[in-house]
Formats: sequence, C-alpha cells, structure tokens
Amino acid sequence: MKQAATNSAALQGAGHDKSGSLSANIAKFRELGLLLFIVILSVGVQLRNPSFLTWENISDIATNTAILSILAVGMMLVIITRGIDLSIGATLALSGMVSALTVSQYPDLHPLLAVGVGVGVGLVCGVVIGFLVSWINILPIIATLGMMNVFRGLTFETSGGKWVSAHQMPESFKAIATGSVFGINNLILIAIAIYIVAYYFVSHTRTGRRVYAIGSNPESAEISGIRTGRILWLVYSIMGGLSGLAGVLWVSKFASAQGDTASGYELSVIAACVLGGVSIAGGVGKLSGVILGAVLLGILNNALPMINVSPFWQNFIQGSIILIAVLVNALVKRGIDRNNLMRRKI
Amino acid sequence: MAEAEYVLELRGITKIFPGVKALDDVYFKLKPGEIHALMGENGAGKSTFIKVITGVHAPEEGDMFLNGQKVSFKHPTDAQKAGIAAIYQHVTNYPDLSVTENIFMGHEKIQKGTRRIRWKEMHEEAGRLLKELGAGFSPKTLMGALSVAEQQIVEIAKALSVNAKIIIMDEPTAALTKNESEELYRITERLRDNGASIIFISHRFEDMYRLASKVTVFRDSKYIGTWDVDEISNPDLIVAMVGREISQLFPKTEAKIGEELLRLEGLGKTGYFADVSFSLRRGEILGLTGLVGAGRTEVCETLFGVSKHDKGTIVFKGQELKVKSPKEAMKVGIGYLPEDRQKQGLVLQWGIGRNITLPALKRFSNKGMLNNRKELDLAKQLAEKVGVKAKSVFTLASALSGGNQQKVVFAKLLTGDLDVLILDEPTKGVDVGAKSAIYEMISDLANAGYGIIMVSSEMPEIIGMCDRVAVMREGRITAILDREGLTQEAILAASMDDSAPATDGKKGAGA
Amino acid sequence: MEQRLIANKKELTLKGFFLQWEWLLVLLLIGVFVMNSNLSEYFLDSANLRDATMGFLDKAFIVLPMVFIILLGDIDISVASIVALSSVIMADLYNHGVPMELAVIICLAVGTICGWVNGLLIVKYKELSAVIVTLATMIIYRGIAYILLEDQASGKFPSWFKFLGWGYVGGIPFILIAFVFFAVVFWILLHKTTFGRMVYAMGNNATAARFSGIQVDKIKIIVFTLAGLMSAITALFLTSRMGSTRPNIAMGYELEVIAMVVLGGVSTAGGKGRMIGAILAVFLIGFLRYGLGLVNVSAQMLLIIMGVLLIVSVAIPQLKQRFAYARRK
Repeated sequence: MKQAATNSAALQGAGHDKSGSLSANIAKFRELGLLLFIVILSVGVQLRNPSFLTWENISDIATNTAILSILAVGMMLVIITRGIDLSIGATLALSGMVSALTVSQYPDLHPLLAVGVGVGVGLVCGVVIGFLVSWINILPIIATLGMMNVFRGLTFETSGGKWVSAHQMPESFKAIATGSVFGINNLILIAIAIYIVAYYFVSHTRTGRRVYAIGSNPESAEISGIRTGRILWLVYSIMGGLSGLAGVLWVSKFASAQGDTASGYELSVIAACVLGGVSIAGGVGKLSGVILGAVLLGILNNALPMINVSPFWQNFIQGSIILIAVLVNALVKRGIDRNNLMRRKI
Repeated sequence: MAEAEYVLELRGITKIFPGVKALDDVYFKLKPGEIHALMGENGAGKSTFIKVITGVHAPEEGDMFLNGQKVSFKHPTDAQKAGIAAIYQHVTNYPDLSVTENIFMGHEKIQKGTRRIRWKEMHEEAGRLLKELGAGFSPKTLMGALSVAEQQIVEIAKALSVNAKIIIMDEPTAALTKNESEELYRITERLRDNGASIIFISHRFEDMYRLASKVTVFRDSKYIGTWDVDEISNPDLIVAMVGREISQLFPKTEAKIGEELLRLEGLGKTGYFADVSFSLRRGEILGLTGLVGAGRTEVCETLFGVSKHDKGTIVFKGQELKVKSPKEAMKVGIGYLPEDRQKQGLVLQWGIGRNITLPALKRFSNKGMLNNRKELDLAKQLAEKVGVKAKSVFTLASALSGGNQQKVVFAKLLTGDLDVLILDEPTKGVDVGAKSAIYEMISDLANAGYGIIMVSSEMPEIIGMCDRVAVMREGRITAILDREGLTQEAILAASMDDSAPATDGKKGAGA
Repeated sequence: MEQRLIANKKELTLKGFFLQWEWLLVLLLIGVFVMNSNLSEYFLDSANLRDATMGFLDKAFIVLPMVFIILLGDIDISVASIVALSSVIMADLYNHGVPMELAVIICLAVGTICGWVNGLLIVKYKELSAVIVTLATMIIYRGIAYILLEDQASGKFPSWFKFLGWGYVGGIPFILIAFVFFAVVFWILLHKTTFGRMVYAMGNNATAARFSGIQVDKIKIIVFTLAGLMSAITALFLTSRMGSTRPNIAMGYELEVIAMVVLGGVSTAGGKGRMIGAILAVFLIGFLRYGLGLVNVSAQMLLIIMGVLLIVSVAIPQLKQRFAYARRK
C-alpha cells in the first residue's frame, strides 16, 4: 500500500494537480450533473405534458428564472461571506410596492426612473442590513429575520393595505417586464447583463476576490488588512439593490403589487444557490453553478403544475432540495477531506 | 546617511495581557543578511515577540527600530509594508482560493486604469516563485489541497513576492521530513543571499547549527542573552533556556512500578498515525515526545475517546477498550489534561470552582439536582490540594496566570476515579514556580499509583521526569527509550530519524 | 503541600445585584404598563389583563426551550412550522375519526419527532449550522402541513378541547397556569440541575465541555427535541384558541419567540442569560402587543415593532461591548 511516489508528502507535481483539482473536478461534475438533470427533467415532463416545451412556456420559465437568478447572484455573494439574507422577499415587495405606487401617482414617469426608485429602495434596505451586520455585529440570521418583518410591515403600511393593480399602472411601466429587444425579453437581457457584471466583479476585481477571501478565512482576512467590515456592508447592499431591481421587475411582470408579494421567495433563492454549489460554510461559489441552480428551480416550479403535482407540494420539494443539497455538499467535503488524509503518507 | 548597523532592533519591549506578562523588558538585534535563531522553551515569549515585530500586538513599553529609524506598527499591514514577513506554524491562508491568490492577496497585480486583475501575469509570477523554491505544484492549485510542507512553501513565496527584507519563520521544520528540511535550509540560505535577514524560532538544535550565525534565548518572558552559534555549547544553551541544571529542577522520586495498565497494539488512524504500540504500567511516567505534527496529541485523543482509531487495539486493564467519548474514557479510568488549556481545558468565563467540578457533576448532585454546598466544598478542597493561588473559588479562570490555570485543569482530573492520566504539554506557558509545583504533583500522582503518559516537547522535562520515552515522528513511533539511553541526542535523533519504516524513499523536492 | 485558605462565599454587592439586565426588564415592564394605561383606559382592568395573557401565552411555551437553544449558541427557526405541522396532523386525524385524546398525544409526538430530527441532523452533520438545518426543516415541516391540508381549514373540535385555550381554573386562565408550571420546570432544569450546568458549559466553550466528559451531542439533541415538544404544546393551545387550524397558522412565531429570548438577556453568542429574563420578556412583549392592539395598531405595524424590538435587543449588548472595549483602549 505504500505508493511512495504518488502519495509522498514531498513536493510532487503531477500528484498534486490530480488531487488538488479534485475540488475543481467535483464542481465541474456537479454542474454537469445539474445540466443533465435539467435535460432529463425537461424530457420527462415533456413526455407527460407536451405543452411543456412550447415557445410560450419556455419563455415563461425564462422570465421567471430571470428574476430568480438576479436575486441568486446577490445571495451567492452573501452566502460566500458565511452570511444569509432572509429579508430579500420583503425588500422585493417593498421596492416593488413603492415603485408601483410612484408610477400610479405619476404615470408619465419614465420607466427607467421607476426602476431607479425600486433599486434605490432596495439599496437603502440593503445598506441598513449591511450596517447591522458589519458595524453592530449582529448575526445575519437575526438581522435579516428582524428586518424582514420591518420591510414587510412597511410594504403594507405604505400601500395602506391596498393592492396596486394593473389598471393603476401605466403601460410604460408594465412594458418594462413584458417588452423585448431584438425579440429577447427585457428580463432575460437584464439578467444576462447582471451576470456579465457579476462575472467581472467576482473574477477580475480585487474587491470581488476579497469577498471570497473573507468567506474562506475571516480571521486571516482581518489580519491581512482587508476591510472586512466594508466589504460585508457592500455585499448586503448589493443584495438589497438587486432585490430592489427584482421588485420592480416582478411588479411590472405580474402587473400587481401586493403586501405579500414574494412572501417566502428568499427560500427559493437560497435553494438555487445551494443547488448550484454555493457552500454554506463560505468561500465557495460559482456563477455558472448558480445559473444552473436557478434554471433548474425555475423549471421545477413551472413543471410541477404541468404534470399535475399539486402546488401545495412546492414547499416540501423546495425544502427537501435545500436539505439534500447541503447534505450532499457536506458528504462530498467529507470525502475530499478523507481523500486528503489518505494521501498523507503516514 | 550611514547604513544602520542593525536592520532590526528592539529595546526594552514589554507586552502584557490580562493576567500575564508575555514579554518582560526584552532586547533583540538583527544585522542585515544575518540568520538569527530565537530559542526558548514553550511559553518563553517567542511567539508573542514575533507578533510584536509583525505588528499584531503593540507593546506596552519599549521601542522598535528598522534600519535605525524608530517605528511603531498599528496594524499587521504596517509591518508588511515595512518589508517584514512572517511564516507561521499554523498557516493562515485561504483554503478555498488558489496558490496564486494566496501569494498575492493584498498586493494583486492590477491593470492601470480598469483596475482589473492581471491573472496571467500573477499566475506566471507565482509559478516562477514556486519553481525557484523547488515546488512542483501548479499555482492554480487550491490551497486547501496542499500538504503542510507545500503550504509553507507558498508562505515563503508570499514573502518573496513582497520583497520582504526581514523574514521570520516560526518552527519552520516542525512538520517537515528530513528531505523537506534540507530543502528549507537551501531556500533559507537562498533568501539570505538575496538580501533578506532572517529570524527563526526552532526547537531543533540541528536547525540552529545548520543555518544560524547568532542565537538569542528567551526564558519566562525575559531576555537571557545572545551568542554566536559557534561560541555556545549545547549544555550551556540548555541552561540558558531552562534556567537551572536539569537534575535540580525535577523532584522526581522513584515510584513503585506496578502491573500493566494500558497497552496499545498497532494503533492507527488514517492520515494521522500508524502502527503505534507501547505499554504503560502503574506508577510509571511514560514520555511521549516528537516534533510538532508527529501525531502525539492525536494518539492521546484517541485514547481519551475524542476521536476514533481505524486500526489496532487498545488494551486497558486486561480488556479491550472501545471508548466512544471522553465520558466513557473517564468512566473506565482514563483522564486527559488537554494541550490547549484555554480552548480545551477551561471555561474561562467561569470561576475556578465551576471549572473544577464540571467533569464530576454527578458526584455532588442528587438525581440530577445540583447541591451548591457540596460542590463548593469539593471545589475548595481540590483547589487547595493542587495549590491554586487565588482569592476564592469564585475567581474567574480568565483572571488566573497560566500556571494557576493549569493547576485548575489538574484539579479537574482529580475529581474522577482514574487510573491513567494523559498529560499533554502540562507545563506549556507556565512560569517556573508553577512548573516545579506541577512536577511535584506529577511525581506524587505516579507515587500514588497512577500510570502517566506525559506528552511534551521540552527536552529537559522529558529527561527529568520520565521513566521511559516513546518518540514519534510523522505518525509513527521511532524509538522507545529507557532511562539509561535517555539523552537529548538520542531523543533528537529519534525525532528526526529517517530510517524508520514508512519514512523512506521520498523524492526530495528538487529540480 | 502548603495549605492555602480559599474563600468559599461569593461576594455580593448591592450595586452588582441591581445592575442586572433583568431589573431593566422589570422597569420596562412597568413602563409598558404605564404607557398602555395612558393609551387606553381599558388596559388596567384586571379581568382584561388576565384575559390578555390568554392571547399571547400560546407561543410562550416555545420560549422556554429556545432559551436553552440560544444558550448553546444555536438557533431554531423551524419552531413555527412544527406548530403548524403538529396542529394540522392532529386536526386531520381527528377529522378522520381518531379520538381527540389520541390525536392530542399524536400532536405531541409529532412535535417531539420534528425536534428530534432537527437535533439529529445538526449533530450528525456538524458541517451544517443550525441555521441552515432549521431553515430547511422549517420549509419541509410546513410543506408537509400544506400537502396534508392544502389551503383548507380543519376544525370542530370537542368542547373539552376548547378548555385548553379558553378555560379558567379558580378564576385564573388555564393557559397561564400551564405556562407558569412549565416555566418553573424549565427554570429548575436550567438553574438547578446538572443538565442546565452542562448547557451553560457547552454554550461558553463546547470543546472544553466535551473534554470534561459532557455528552455534547446527546444534550444538543435533547434540547432541540424539547423545542419540538413545546412547539406541539403551543400547537394545542393555539388550535384550541382558534377553534380550527390551517397550514399557515403560527406564521412568524419564530421571530417573536427569538425576540422574547434575546430581549430576556440571552446572548446569541451562547453561554449567557437567565430563564427569568426570558419569562419577563414574554410578559413584556405580550402586554406591549396587547396594549397596542387596544388602540388598534395594525397587525403590520406590530410586525415592524417586533422586528425593531428583536434588532434593538441584540444590538444593545453588542454596542455596550464595543464601547467598553473602546474605552478600555
């Protein structure tokens, strides 16, 4: 059993690339697995219900997934820093409501400004949470649990408990989500744009890399002079801003702003991230995985009613996905660690 | 401007933590291009000293001079900017990021204007540094996948990448094989030849003789002296480090050695230790020594039920032992004094009394209900027995000195009905007065019939206290020495012995 | 060895005694009473007050084991879902012919099992934090409730069941008596037993606790199981009060319960806090809610207030620490 050559603790080249990229291989494996699952699921559903793979339905899936994936980008950053944000559904609702109320009051307002209002509200929410987490050092679970209620309550209060419905919204506003450029729906374009920006941020800027550093080893980051507090604040603010954007898009798409809009939606977002390989322990997460996770979840949400699965199963399925995904992540990590141990020549 | 005689100088440095003086009026001088060894027992203040130099701690008193200029660091980054880099034993890095990122974190190469990271250049530079250091792995490898030796190489590469002029190494060879150590010597000399000045902390005289021109000794937080490595002999060095002749320090009385209590047969745990066999008898003090990372604590934790073993058997009092938790181990009669008393041995937020009674809550409770009176009596009794110097049993553990804290952890051991005591670095970070009290206690315990396993890195302690010594290296036992053969040299040789079974045929890192 | 005298009596100072968090809570409680009686003349009516407790005490049962959970440094956000699931299963069974007595017992069993599963997952998979595990089970448990009952209501329980939430014994609401009973039990459990001592040890230093022979895994599982059981008890009282149940009952309970615990002085870092504080906080928040309700503060406004309360409760000790540290420097 003494394979001195490959298992030596000395500085071997080939041996290391093989196992050093074991984690990288697993990440690729996971993404391939997700892709495969998406394909199989789609095929399976299509067989049961031929109206699944129609252009109309696919477009519906895409636009829903677009919103989900925009949020998932923000959540990925939050989770990478070992945090969590349960308030995004409420932030979404609040910013959606505020922008809807604004355009119903000022119907001539340029739609981009309406978007600006929504993003602005979301940013404020995110900044508040970032402050609580980074400056006052409140645990993210508690800070976001508390503010979730505050934002949700504010949503109701600002609307006086009333809905903003389609006929109160100007066409220009509704067109934000329904319009398209070169035949591609706006939402999808926006999502793609966000992903491109996110990709650049995460892979090519120092701040983006520091987000990962903070998640990988917070103490080390602190000591090496990284402004952990500032970056955490930034991460939650980004999440807030993206939630704000998603709020406007949501309200525009469904042409309705309610007090309980997107209630519980944060859980879908977390599910998408976890499915996509973002580690709850921090420091690990890839955009490609997150996109696939969001797509899979989007397809699932659309597909289940199509194959006559009662909508009341949705929660259960989502929760199980999260649980199974994190359990699998944990088991895989155990396997990798065990593998590393076995490589040690003792 | 005349070139300063010393590239680094510290004068009169004192550093105080709540309850303990980690450094007491300490001096140090480093010449340019010098390799300077810093030696002393565990707890002498070396690590704290390094932290002062690297800006992690600010001293209460004293001054620091860099090339003749007075400096004061408010934050580790100040020290980094001044060209000081430290390479620690417990590597602090980002396991989920690549080697390149770890090397360049904080000083990434960015494109002028767009501020975009220049990956290609960074990877190339990192690869170049690694090659220069003789490492064979790709800079794109994730840090977490590397071995300790490899991670250390990355740390050195990090220092190189910031053109550190002063490089500090904390126990650099502690976890390395002989070949890897040779590599490290080569690299260190290379660094010196390139203009860096180096301080390293080590317990291995071998390291010192091989590399250093000067050696400074700290003892009990104080500066003892600086010598040319050629001038001072081993025994004198030991005296400087320990303070007295070895024989004086240890009040070991010969205890009556009784029947066999514990026997390990081929015990193994994948990735940590293998083929460990030794026995322990009543009244015997068995030393367990070796360099850091040799696997001693892991063996102890397996005996105490903290972790499981994969192979081999443990025979305790004639029966095979299968303990799954510390509770079971204690029930069977095995006790453990943990290596890190603050993290593993004490609840610092509590008073002495509550700490002492924690393992033995059943003793003074009735059907689960606590009995304050009985508890306080027991606590007082045990605290006095071990000689804790404190005002009351309600004094917080965090307010005690290292020695007193250790005594409290000892008192915890006395609450149970035990036969075997495993003491892991019982005098680490303990002042001399408390040390001798602890040695006395250990002697008494052996006399009282306990079988004692004493894990220690301090040579004088091992030689002075133990009846037999098992030496470990890279997870295996390389020697079991009797009192007659118990010399420093024998122990050192066994700690670094390369002829032992599994430690052969390694390809050195080398072009 | 030299005999050294170590004092055995703890030094108590008057200042130290009164400077405790719990006294602040008492003051706040008085403050709430004062404020509310100014807001509404109906407040200081003893009958009203007595009946008010029936409105907020249903969730208070969960506060008791939650103190233990937060003392351990963990959290459990699935408690509201456990309430929903146990209630829904009980109602569903009863409506399918199972005798109510048995249904009640099964309700308790369901809650206990849910809590036990939480504990088991957290302990067996230490890589996962309590946050993510209870987040997942929060969704799953309520999800099961939705599968069973969809969006229907289920009710029409026997009249004796109504007694739980609405009945009086000697002029005192039964729910109050039940709460006081459990509060005393949990108080004893935390402050007078070895179990409680071990929980405090684990919360302050789980490693040292383990090395001292404490069965940390077992205790954690017990604590989460207790949370599940008490959630089921809440389910009984809540269902009794409402007369029926749906899968979306007890929404947001986890927030209020955690707020009560944290306001009670239990630190989220673990190891610090007392049962009496949480009990005071229960009444503090309960009467605050009731008083605000009397002046028709909207449910949504209450949501905001609860959220702010939670955050302020956690923020104050953090800020205190921060300024103490800065001052020391």
